[in-house]
Amino acid sequence: MVGRPKVILVACGTAIATSTVVAKAIEEGLAARGIKVITRQCKAAEVPSLAPGADLVVTTTPVPTNLGVPVIKTLAFLTGVGKEEVLDQIAKILTEGG
Amino acid sequence: MNLADILDRRFIVCNLNARSSEEAIRVLARKLYEEGFVKESFEEAVLKRESEMPTGLPIGEINAAIPHADIEHVLKPALAVATLASPLPFRIMVEPDNTVDVRIIFLLALNEPHAQIKMLQTIATALQDPLLLQELVKAHSAEDIYRILTQIKIEGDETERAGLKNSEKRKRR
Repeated sequence: MVGRPKVILVACGTAIATSTVVAKAIEEGLAARGIKVITRQCKAAEVPSLAPGADLVVTTTPVPTNLGVPVIKTLAFLTGVGKEEVLDQIAKILTEGG
Repeated sequence: MNLADILDRRFIVCNLNARSSEEAIRVLARKLYEEGFVKESFEEAVLKRESEMPTGLPIGEINAAIPHADIEHVLKPALAVATLASPLPFRIMVEPDNTVDVRIIFLLALNEPHAQIKMLQTIATALQDPLLLQELVKAHSAEDIYRILTQIKIEGDETERAGLKNSEKRKRR
């Protein structure tokens, strides 16, 4: 599947505020690493139904595990704490895991 | 673009004395309601959402919370800010079983999902700058807070540069 942009599902409580910031920060951070991704924002409650269409889930609120795709639970894109490390982790999952 | 477009001095409280996170949220929500920016239902909606999906953000020395509610309770987009005279516990967004002691509250009133992105990015930029957070909690007046927050500038890819700058700052420590 070379060339297909990976899809990252970005979840937060209500998909109004937080996931917007997180999605943009992920897109920019990965672009800086030469990785193009498509982000889709959703509410935490929608994650189980939407996860199968994604390569990775990044969430700021608790979501069910065992979704069949990797899940990263992090506040790094809001607080900046550990942001570069999480971006590296995402890059690794997308380039090796796909 | 900076926060001056949306930040309103009437919605800034410096050194708010509140006994609980709930009381602090109520003070800010009422200001937005009294000036006609949100519906009467906003206050309870924010508190309900905070109890179900909390917004406490552990950052470091100074922590923050970003309470908000569904868009249906909002008439005009707005931002209310409070620094707290003493820290108050908020449950943590990513692990609601734990709390974090919060010094700064950004109450968001958004009327469209995924909109007001620049405002949100500017707040995220503030959260990621430990020195700026220090300045905010040391502020002596709402005017000081207004001045500090409206000095933050982001535009397009500058978000990324600001993020890098901050991580460099941390590494230097």
